[in-house]
Amino acid sequence: MVGNAVFRVEGLRKSFGRNEVLGGIALDLHAGEVTVLMGANGAGKSTLVKIVSGVYERGGGTMTLAGQDFAPNTPAEAIRAGVVTVHQNINDGVVADLDVATNLTLDRLSGKGVPTLFNPVRVRREAKAVADRMGLAIDLKARVSDLSLADRQMVAIARALAHQPKVLILDEPTSSLSSAEADRLFALVDRLREQGVAILYISHRMSDIRRLADRIVSMRDGVVSGAFDTKPLDYEGAVNAMLGRKIHLDQIVARSSARAVLTIEGLRIAQGARPISLTLGDGEVVAITGLVGVGKTALAETLFGVRRPLAGTMTMNGKPYAPRSAGDAIAAGVFLVAKDRASSGIVGGFNIERNVSLPFLKRMSNFSVLKRRLERATARRQIEQLGIVCRSEKDEMSALSGGNQQKVMVARWMAQHAALFILDEPFQGVDISARRDIAAKLRASANGRATLLFVTELDEALETADRILVMSEHTIVGEHRNADVDLDRLLAEVAGGPLHSAA
Amino acid sequence: MGSSCCCSDWSPISRSPPDGFVSPQSAVFIFQSVAITGVLALGVTATLVVGGFDLSIGSVATSAMMAAAYVMVVLEQNALVAVIVCLLIGALVGLINGWLIVYMRVPDLLATLGMMFLLVGLQRIPTEGRSIATGMTMPDGSVANGKFSDAFLALGRHRFDFFIPNLIPVSVVVLLVLALLIWFFLEYTRFGRMMYAVGSNERAAELAGAPVKAYKIWAYVISGVFASIGGILLAARLGRGDIASGNNLLLDAVAAALIGYAVLGAAKPNAFGTAVGALFVGILLQGLTMMNAPYYTQDFVKGVVLVVALVFTFALSGRDRG
Repeated sequence: MVGNAVFRVEGLRKSFGRNEVLGGIALDLHAGEVTVLMGANGAGKSTLVKIVSGVYERGGGTMTLAGQDFAPNTPAEAIRAGVVTVHQNINDGVVADLDVATNLTLDRLSGKGVPTLFNPVRVRREAKAVADRMGLAIDLKARVSDLSLADRQMVAIARALAHQPKVLILDEPTSSLSSAEADRLFALVDRLREQGVAILYISHRMSDIRRLADRIVSMRDGVVSGAFDTKPLDYEGAVNAMLGRKIHLDQIVARSSARAVLTIEGLRIAQGARPISLTLGDGEVVAITGLVGVGKTALAETLFGVRRPLAGTMTMNGKPYAPRSAGDAIAAGVFLVAKDRASSGIVGGFNIERNVSLPFLKRMSNFSVLKRRLERATARRQIEQLGIVCRSEKDEMSALSGGNQQKVMVARWMAQHAALFILDEPFQGVDISARRDIAAKLRASANGRATLLFVTELDEALETADRILVMSEHTIVGEHRNADVDLDRLLAEVAGGPLHSAA
Repeated sequence: MGSSCCCSDWSPISRSPPDGFVSPQSAVFIFQSVAITGVLALGVTATLVVGGFDLSIGSVATSAMMAAAYVMVVLEQNALVAVIVCLLIGALVGLINGWLIVYMRVPDLLATLGMMFLLVGLQRIPTEGRSIATGMTMPDGSVANGKFSDAFLALGRHRFDFFIPNLIPVSVVVLLVLALLIWFFLEYTRFGRMMYAVGSNERAAELAGAPVKAYKIWAYVISGVFASIGGILLAARLGRGDIASGNNLLLDAVAAALIGYAVLGAAKPNAFGTAVGALFVGILLQGLTMMNAPYYTQDFVKGVVLVVALVFTFALSGRDRG
């Protein structure tokens, strides 16, 4: 540890309504150190970042910067005090239609004491000073919209650094960069570390974390669940603290299957990724787990026909299966409950009944005229089957709780018989009882189809699946029968060894 | 649709109607005055349903009118050919609009705005900017001797007997038939349902297996074809290809469709609301005319009604839902 903490957070709390998102966070950042913050979706990372960067007001606790109380009311105040954040969405940090030089000096264009007239020569001179300090080799006259993502990222960071911050927060900076581009970013982070900046680095990518971390802090459910600062760093411990088991599980009786429904051979879903081969059996519930960004959704979308694989073949019930659209997949009996129901599942203008019938309108109509009675009967049956809490099948979706909305999404796709039923993060934003209901329903109805779940949280996999596969770097790296699972090995696979060094 | 109840309930201005306002003839007159606007409004409703917009409908209608006149007067063809040419123009423009929006990723308002300008200019080229009528002199000095066929003119002038002889004009029948068709299509067929899904959440519709691009293009084709039908009715009513007519069609049709959002608290584009919106505008204008309000106040009144209807739809219904 290098001296005292530059930035210190203690007992930080935040609630939205009755929902407590942060339950007393303590975090120290030291000058010249990279602290990696890990946490699954909903752990409270982004809320923490938004409080520190002055977007949200804190609910309780203290923050100190270099020994002084730090309480920013606006992002501008936080920046002026020396706490600078580069947000995940690169385009939030740059103005695409302006050139690099203007972007680098953008924050000096407004505020007190700024001359009214825009002096391009001075702007360019100042921009050059900023760029040189960072070793940025980008044409200052280029328009940002013409730059690659990595260069835009560099400009966003350089713009942040023009304030000479004491604390720099990088929120998933590599999520849209290639590995060569990421290397440039790492070199920059190294340089800043040497200059004595305290860096908070938020990431899901184990390869980033292994490359950069001096310390790791894991968050789970709004509290710090583990802090690791003795070298060599305990990466598996950090993953375990972030995802590990927290509730007492219902014991699953793992089943195995005799008949293969889907066979995948040599499927490659990303450049440079190793091929995937696997078999899903009749009556089996298989969970694929892995960190965010390892390709779970890409695999789900490939199986569902909305994304083309780079190579490989799929066989469904003995016949070749190569869907070219979601329509193809549905016709072949492959259904997907997509991740993030609000953006890719729920049709806001429709009530429960119409949301349930959406994919099967063709099967519910005569000469294209809808059979409304059948539609209503189906919706009522599905509401009953999944125990959806509502007044009637005519209720608007916005009147339902998150758990019930998710049940409607599951009910939609369970209204017809599936050969392969895929659910991508079906338990996100779902309360524990709805989660149990859905898992129980999936297991009870599993016969006659293969069921495939994609989940980040290990608990969810252990609670529902007969078999657990681990994904890392866009491929399957491990397989476990859900009976006496070797958790250490599973966590090690999730944390991912240095599987591939060059891409 | 009970037209007499429309008159008493929905028109505050005609509280004490002057004589003849609620007679069958005056009801029919109102229908007739909104027939062409209404047909266009029903078409634009289809694009509103998929979350789009079509600004080219007015110019599609006037282009169809000019094409009909050109086909009959200059090319000396019969009514059937003229109608088919018009419908093809509407479908083609719709296809191009859809292609621009779906495949070229031009925002809907801009694509159809561009198409509007293009058509306004294009319809003037064959006659060098002159209106088309029998006996006109062509650019090359010859005289156009064709004429509007009687069958075509009947589309604008024939009246069907309905209890009273010679009561209902063809244009009103066309409006009612198209309104019923599009209403049934949107409410009772799986295509209509899917179009609403596309308009509400495109990605969810796609993941439910819908060919989203095709649905969007079809919506613009429907809009184009409806607008060209409006153009046919306009040509049949005027009996010539009048370069200056049809200026108000776009705004009136859009107003009718948007007022339709507020009908029965639907808060979404719908065929029944559009038809009611068109009638409402017609009744209002009729009432104003009967009260001797000057013609130049009409657009202002339409604008006020539109703004109020939009506030009802978006601000008030949005608040209900929290």
